[in-house]
Amino acid sequence: MELREDQIERYSRQIILPELGGEGQEKLLNASILVIGAGGLGSPCALYLASAGVGKIGIVDSDRVELNNLQRQILHSIKDVGRAKVESAKDRLSGINDDVEIVPYNIRVNSENILDIIKDYDGVVDGSDNFPTRYLVNDACVLSRKQLFHGGILRFDGQAITILPGTSACYRCLFPEPPPPGVIPSCQEAGILGAVAGIIGTIQANEVLKCILGIGDLLAGKLLIFNALDSSFRQVKVPQDPKCPVCGENPTVTKLIDYEEFCSLRKNKEG
Amino acid sequence: MQATLKVPTPLQKLTKNQAEVKVSGANIRELIEDLEKRFPGIKERICDETGKIRRFINIYVNEEDVRFLQQEETPLKDGDEISIIPAIAGGGH
Repeated sequence: MELREDQIERYSRQIILPELGGEGQEKLLNASILVIGAGGLGSPCALYLASAGVGKIGIVDSDRVELNNLQRQILHSIKDVGRAKVESAKDRLSGINDDVEIVPYNIRVNSENILDIIKDYDGVVDGSDNFPTRYLVNDACVLSRKQLFHGGILRFDGQAITILPGTSACYRCLFPEPPPPGVIPSCQEAGILGAVAGIIGTIQANEVLKCILGIGDLLAGKLLIFNALDSSFRQVKVPQDPKCPVCGENPTVTKLIDYEEFCSLRKNKEG
Repeated sequence: MQATLKVPTPLQKLTKNQAEVKVSGANIRELIEDLEKRFPGIKERICDETGKIRRFINIYVNEEDVRFLQQEETPLKDGDEISIIPAIAGGGH
């Protein structure tokens, strides 16, 4: 594949990076990434992936844009209120870069459909908003050996980790079980500063880009912890757990299940 | 033994809004008992009824998860930095 002149112009500021070059740009254009959630994390992440020229970006979300989303979900505009988030996302991302294919999925992922969706992608960004989806996405990525770029946010706190199934710890190695419903509040209940979503979503995008390019060190086996009030970043070690129920030596999770019992919060609308 | 504990935001209500507190104890179990004495109610947020650390909360001594050391019996030394990190699921939806 040869870069066109307009592509060389468009991507010139990253092509001049010795770590990237024309070869790196081709890797990006040939890559495919699925972003789950077009919300606070998915917005900045998808914007940077599309801008950088990641060739195919799938966006999964079943919600419509609401006015209270605009404080942090920077994919969407006032005119999009009431529209499906995936449609709004597709317009915005295509408006930045018509070089990339945007595939909207106006659905909620579940144990029945997720494997079929992620099979067409090299990696998955988790920008979902609830524990059942996060454990489902983790299990699906481990079972189908897809790289997973995880981010979580609440109030002034953020976390990010990159999961390379079989090679580095998965989300269940980090937190073996989801908390019971109501124990950890959602963003809807506890709040979120928009910039925190921007920082963590951008870290997820950065991890995706490094992973596609094969440069630098990933947050694999390491949890990045951000606090906005003291502007601190810390990292802790996350070893692979031999007793992990999904990627350990004797896995008990060998097919997907829905964690509906943890879903009670979702019923009143999302976090 | 005196160490520093980083308190996660959701527990700071119990620590009188302090993000960092000095703690003492020869190991994690003693540290949690010491915390509970000073900040009643904090233990049940961290541990289940049997005294085990909850499965969606991790405690780190410096950069190491105590689950991969000696769990509640993990020894502490002067100057250690202890962090309590709960799982968070928000995606800013």
